Amino acid sequence: MEFSREKRLKARLAGDRRGDLYPHSLQFYLQPPTENISLADFENFAIDRLKLLKVVENLGVSYVKGSDEYKSRLEREIRKLKFPFRALVEDDYDARRKDHISHFILRLAYCQSEDLRRWFIQQEMDLFRYRFNELNGDLVEKFLKYVNLSYGAISKEVKEKLAVQLLNSTPGLSGAKVEELEFYKVPLQDAMDLFRVRRVYLLNAFAYVPQTDIVAIVLNNFRTKLSKALALTARSLPAVQSDERLQPLLNHLSHSYVGPDYSIQKNIGKISLEHIDALSVKSFPLCMRQLHKALRDNHHLRHGGRMQYGLFLKGIGLTLEQALQFWKSEFIKGKVDADKFDKGYAYSIRHNYGKEGKRTDYTPFSCMKIILSNPPSQGDYHGCPFRHSDPELLKQKLQSYKIPPTGITQILELVKGMHYQLACQKYFQLTQDVDDIGFSLNHPNQYFAESQKLLSGGREVKKEPSEPESSQQKLSSQKSTNSCSIPISSNTEADTELEGLDAYFTED
Amino acid sequence: MAGFEPGSLPDLLPLYYRRLFPYGPYGRWLSYGVVVKNYFQRREFSFTLRDDIYVRYQSFNSPQELEKEMQKMNPYKIDVGAVYSHRPSQRNTVHMGAFQAQEKELVFDIDMTDYDDVRRCCSSAEICSKCWTLMTIAIRVIDRALVEDFGVKHRLWVYSGRRGVHCWVCDDSVRKWSCAMRAAAVEYLTLVKGGSETVKKVNLTDPIHPFISHSLSLVEPYFEEYALVGQDILGSSESWEKVVALVPEYILCLLREFPKKRDSVQRWELLKKKMEKCKPSHAESEIMLQYCFPRLDINVSRGVNHLLKSPFSVHPKTGRVSVPIDLRKLEQFDPLAVPTISCLCRELDTAPEEEDGEKENEAEPEPKRRTRDYKKTSLAPYVRVFEQFVEEMDKSRKGELLKKSGRDRGGDWAGQFIPVFNHPDS
Repeated sequence: MEFSREKRLKARLAGDRRGDLYPHSLQFYLQPPTENISLADFENFAIDRLKLLKVVENLGVSYVKGSDEYKSRLEREIRKLKFPFRALVEDDYDARRKDHISHFILRLAYCQSEDLRRWFIQQEMDLFRYRFNELNGDLVEKFLKYVNLSYGAISKEVKEKLAVQLLNSTPGLSGAKVEELEFYKVPLQDAMDLFRVRRVYLLNAFAYVPQTDIVAIVLNNFRTKLSKALALTARSLPAVQSDERLQPLLNHLSHSYVGPDYSIQKNIGKISLEHIDALSVKSFPLCMRQLHKALRDNHHLRHGGRMQYGLFLKGIGLTLEQALQFWKSEFIKGKVDADKFDKGYAYSIRHNYGKEGKRTDYTPFSCMKIILSNPPSQGDYHGCPFRHSDPELLKQKLQSYKIPPTGITQILELVKGMHYQLACQKYFQLTQDVDDIGFSLNHPNQYFAESQKLLSGGREVKKEPSEPESSQQKLSSQKSTNSCSIPISSNTEADTELEGLDAYFTED
Repeated sequence: MAGFEPGSLPDLLPLYYRRLFPYGPYGRWLSYGVVVKNYFQRREFSFTLRDDIYVRYQSFNSPQELEKEMQKMNPYKIDVGAVYSHRPSQRNTVHMGAFQAQEKELVFDIDMTDYDDVRRCCSSAEICSKCWTLMTIAIRVIDRALVEDFGVKHRLWVYSGRRGVHCWVCDDSVRKWSCAMRAAAVEYLTLVKGGSETVKKVNLTDPIHPFISHSLSLVEPYFEEYALVGQDILGSSESWEKVVALVPEYILCLLREFPKKRDSVQRWELLKKKMEKCKPSHAESEIMLQYCFPRLDINVSRGVNHLLKSPFSVHPKTGRVSVPIDLRKLEQFDPLAVPTISCLCRELDTAPEEEDGEKENEAEPEPKRRTRDYKKTSLAPYVRVFEQFVEEMDKSRKGELLKKSGRDRGGDWAGQFIPVFNHPDS
C-alpha cells in the first residue's frame, strides 16, 4: 500500500516537470530525446509509429483529408496505438514521449534515400496537419509561440480597419467569416506560397493570414525543418548503423514491412501444379502474374525473377519437391538441359528452402522490398509493375486483362501519385470484384491469401465495416490460421506476434 | 545630345572613368556600411571590353582597387552580380560546390520591347516620349507595391540607357532572399500573362485583390492621355479591332458603332457604356491593364547570381549613361535628355575654370578635383540622387545600430544619446 502511494506521489511530482517537457500534443521534433530506453521499447515504438504512418497514407488516399470520415478513422488509430491525442498534459505524457522518441527512430530508418525521405516527410506532414487542426482556441497561438513562429493575431480594431482589404484579398471568405476568424500577422518570407498567388493581404512586409490558411504556413515551416534534419541525419548514419543492436531493426524498418512474413508455410501442399496457371490469373498479384507468364513464355527467368517468384510460390504453399518439378519442367522446355538444371538451378531452389548452405529459410519479398530494391532492367520481369512498368505498357496490359477503363484510369492516377500498393489494391478490387479491399496490402502473399479467402467464401464482401463483422472475421481468420499452421518455426514469440498482426491486417 | 558615335568609345571611356564615374558613393553603396565581413570583396563584377571580350568573376579588395581596374580596363559595360561565399576571383581555389552565390539586391528589368504588342509609336529598341509613359506607369505601380506591400525602404530606379528601366532593391533582408522568394515577388506583381499566342492577356476575377485595385487607380489617370490620345488605340479600325478582340461578347455591336464616333476618346466612352449596361464585368479594367500594366522579366529577378548592368555604366549603342531616376520628379524624366558620354566629355572640355582655378586644381589631390568635375556637367543632378540614396541607407543603418545597442544596454544609453544634428546650439 505504502509503496504504491509513494509511487503515485512520485508520479504526480514528476508529472509537473514532465508536463514542461511536452506542453503540447504536437511538436516540431527539434530536439532529439536524450534518455535511455530498452531495445524492446525502441523497436515497439518504431513499429507502432510506422503502422500509424501507413494508416495516414492509406486514409489520405481513400478519403478526403480533413473530412469527418478521415478524421474519425485517424483518431481511432491514434488512440489505438497510444499516440498523443488532444488530451490534457498530465494524462498524455507517455503518449507524447512515445511520439517524440518514435519520430526520431524512424528518422534513422527513413533518411537514407530520396524516396524514403519523401514518403516519411509526406506522412509526417499529414499527421501534423491533422493534429494542428485539432487544436482549438488559443492553443493555436500558444503552440505557435512555443515553436517560435511568433505570429500574433491582429486585434479587433486592426481587423475592422482592414476589413475591406482582408475581404478582397482572401478568396472564399465572406464578410461574416472575416469577422469571425482570427487573422495572423506573418512575416513575408513565411507566407511565400500565399502571397505568390495573391491569396493574402500584404502590408508593410507582413501578410495577414486567416486561421484557415495558417496551417499551410506552419506546415511549410515544419517541412523545411524536417527536410534539413533528415539530410543531416543521413550524414551521421554510418555511426548509427555500426551499432549491431540497431542495424537489423533499422534495415527492417526501412523496408517498412511489419506484417506476417509468410515464412511459415501455412498451406503446405495445398497447391497443385496443374492449378498454377489458373491461380496466376485469379489470385496472383500483378507482379507474380507477370513473372509466371514470362516464365511460361520464355521458359526462363533471370535471377531477380527467380528469387521474387520462387519465394512467393514457397509462401503460397509449394513444397520443395513441387518447386523443383515446376521450375525444371519449364526450364528444360527452353535452353537448359536436365543436367545443367540439377547442377545449377536446383541448388539455388533448395537454398531458398533452407536446405543448403546457411540453411536460412528465406522469406518471400514484401511489397516494400520489391518496390524499393533491385529495380528490373532490360530482360527482367521482376519488380512491381505499378512502380517499374512504363504507364503506357501498364495500361495496355490492364486492358488485355479486361480491366474496365474507369478502373484503369483510377489505377494510373494512383501510380502517378506514387501510391503503388494502393494501385495494386485497386487492381485487387477490380479483379476480385469487391467494392472495398478490406485490408492494407503490404505483401504479395497476403494478396494471394486474401484472394483465396474470398474465392472460398471465407470472407464476406462488405461495403460498410461494422464492429461485430470485423470481430467475426478476426475469429474466423485466426481459426483458419490455427488449423493450418505447422509449427516449423522454432520462434514461438514471433508466432504470437504474427497472429496479432494478422488480425490487424484483416481488420478494416 | 546628338552626335554619339559608338566608335568614339575608346577615346571617351578613359576620360569618363578618370573624371566622371562617381566612385565615392558607388563604393559606399556596395560596401553596405562594412558591417558584414568581406562583403565588398566577395561581390562579382563583370566587364565587357572592346571587341566583345567578356570577363566574369571579377572581384576586388576595395572600392579603390575596383576604381584602378576600371581606369585600366576602360570597360564598355559593367555588370554587378552576387555576393558569393568566397571571393569570385579565387573561386578556383575552393571545393567544387562550396562556391555559392549568397546574397544580391532584388532587381527588376522593365524593357519597352515587351510592350511591342500594345504600342504603335515604336517597336523593339526604339523609344519616344509617347511610349515612355509606360515606364512611368511601371515605376509608379511597382514602386508602390514594393514600398507599401513589401515594406521596402531602399530602392534605386535607374534608366537602362536605351529602352527601359531597372530597379535595385537594397534592403538588408531582401538581399538575402532565395530564388523562390524572388520568383514569388515577381508572380505577385504580374498581371499580364501570355505570349504572342494569347489574345487576352489579363483576366480578372472577383474578389479584386488590393494590389490590383491600387494598381488600377495608378494606371487610370494616365490612360486617356497615353492610350486614347497618344497611342490612339481606337483611332482606326486596324487598331480598334485589337481592342475589341478583348471583349468578344461585344465585338459585333462595337464594330458596328465605332465608325460612327469621331475619335478614340469617344469610342472608349461608348465601350464603357456598353460594359455598364450589359453585365458586370472587368473588361474595362482588363483592357487598361493589358495596354498599360508593367511587364516584368522573371528571369532577371529570380536568380541570385544574375548579373545586371551597373548604374552609371555607359550603354555602348546609345552612349547614354545609366542614370538614377529621381522619383520626386518622375513625370519630368526624359530618357532622351539623359546625357551621353560624348556630351559629358564635351562639357568637361568646355567647362569654365574657376578663378585661380588652374593652380589650385593642380595642387589638389586627384579625388577632390574629380568631385568637382562631374559637378561641371549634366551628370551632376543624377549623382546627387544617387548620393541621397546612399546617405539614406547609411542613416538607416546607423539608426538600426543605435536601436540595437540601446536594446543591449537595457535602453538607458539610447535614452541619454543626444543626436548631433539636434544639438540645442545649432
